[in-house]
Amino acid sequence: MFYGTDLTNRLMLGTAQYPSPEILRAAISASGAEVITVSLRREGTGGAGFRDILRKSGCRILPNTAGCHSAREAVTTAHMAREVFGTTWIKLEVIGHADTLQPDPFALVEAARILCADGFEVFPYTTEDLILGEKLIEAGCRVLMPWGAPIGSGQGLRNIEGLRTMRAHFRDVPLVIDAGIGAPSQAAQAMEMGFDAILLNTAVAKALDPVAMAEAFARAIAAGKQAHDAGLMPRRDMAQASTPVFGMAELLA
Amino acid sequence: MISVLGSGVAGLCAATALMDAGIAVEVIAPEQAPLPVSHLAGGMLAPFCEGESAPDQIVTRGQASIDWWAAHVEVTRRGTLVVAPPRDTAELDRFAHATRAHRWVTPGDLEPHLEGRFSRGLFFEDEAHLDPKAALATLRDRLMAQGVLFRDGPSKGRTVDCRGISASGKLPDLRGVRGEMLEVYTPEITLSRPVRLLHPRFPCYIVPRGEGQFMIGATMVETTRSGPITARAAMELLSAAYTLHPAFAEAEIVMTGAGLRPSFPDNIPAIHRDGTGFHINGMYRHGFLMAPVLAMEVAGILIQESAHAH
Repeated sequence: MFYGTDLTNRLMLGTAQYPSPEILRAAISASGAEVITVSLRREGTGGAGFRDILRKSGCRILPNTAGCHSAREAVTTAHMAREVFGTTWIKLEVIGHADTLQPDPFALVEAARILCADGFEVFPYTTEDLILGEKLIEAGCRVLMPWGAPIGSGQGLRNIEGLRTMRAHFRDVPLVIDAGIGAPSQAAQAMEMGFDAILLNTAVAKALDPVAMAEAFARAIAAGKQAHDAGLMPRRDMAQASTPVFGMAELLA
Repeated sequence: MISVLGSGVAGLCAATALMDAGIAVEVIAPEQAPLPVSHLAGGMLAPFCEGESAPDQIVTRGQASIDWWAAHVEVTRRGTLVVAPPRDTAELDRFAHATRAHRWVTPGDLEPHLEGRFSRGLFFEDEAHLDPKAALATLRDRLMAQGVLFRDGPSKGRTVDCRGISASGKLPDLRGVRGEMLEVYTPEITLSRPVRLLHPRFPCYIVPRGEGQFMIGATMVETTRSGPITARAAMELLSAAYTLHPAFAEAEIVMTGAGLRPSFPDNIPAIHRDGTGFHINGMYRHGFLMAPVLAMEVAGILIQESAHAH
């Protein structure tokens, strides 16, 4: 449950960098995504034509504060997003460094506190740091979005053990892997580990065929979730024959 | 008599193609109208590079525009060079994979001023470029010399509406995609062809205009906000130019510009029928590449219609 909303499809799709709005629309439809994110910092309130196309997708819109470098900027952008899209959902992104696009954890907590107090339902883009996660929850967040790898890098889950620990630590908090996912196998892996959803953009938008890639991701995410729910077998150090040895035909007798 | 509405690249190409086909035209462009956004274009005739994100019909059909332009205005046929900063060379491989009609080169071999700066690049030999302002002026002068009237006021006959974003009242699907650009002057650098610098977040191109003049473009923002270039866009474009060659840091900024690219949802320029008239619109970032192609198509339709009528 993401702030009271249950999602069947656990892919959240970004809407930037597609060859055209028409291809974006087709990608959303092929993926079956129920949530799409959209940026506002650079576009301002003037992108009505593009936003109409997004609205027509029927998806729930999760506006984001991409491109914001301070708590103040992020809060202002969130207010604009609430007005423009009529939603209290906000994907909170406060970037610490324009080059690495690492989240600024200090400004993130500050902005989360202000926005949660103001009635926003905040999806914070964070690292896998446990204390930072706790501070965000203390600030009022009820979803956390740890990164897989730096934005747009396509590196997959760069710190698998750290993410595993985070999953174990925040047992009851919906966790969405946000950023860094480059291949459907990486998304499936995250879902198998028990994460609740995957948010991605570049890997689909910049694929040679974004529509086919969107569908590939949706299937991988569905498979990963199904596998997790079905209960994955534990790893073993030794081979363990799946056919019992006793009772086998003794051919050489 | 056909009334062509608008005197940007789509309008002037339409008027020219119709005159070439022996169809009399007039051009309707209000005196007070703002300068057409095509004056801010890069003027690259780069169908193969555009194939990185554009559908195949742009690549296939756009190729015809190079000969069309060369028959009407001054065109430089020296291809396009594509490079990437060392840490972003993965972008170069992606670009190569997504496009055709290119070969790997050492950039310094083609552009001596880039010697030693990039270890490899992609060369699209069959592409060309032109100077948009000069090209549009040439088309306009040629039409006027042929006796074509440029005037304000209502249209008289059938129309070919090429007014770009101003026609959005008649084309509800049309939206604006903001583009920002700069022109700089530096006598220190010489480039003989457009150079595209790939970057995961802000790809940019630099088009030489000759005599130390360069056009640096262009952002793509989903907004209809007009108004001058933003500081962020200027920083991104200038930092990309600086990455291409540090001497751009000392260049003079001659002008900046921002405009709205008229775009349909599929970002493909298209002809739409409107009663007895036509729209040529949605040029997006393919104005100079696709305007001649669509103009010739409209001229072809009109010739066929008049052949049937006789």
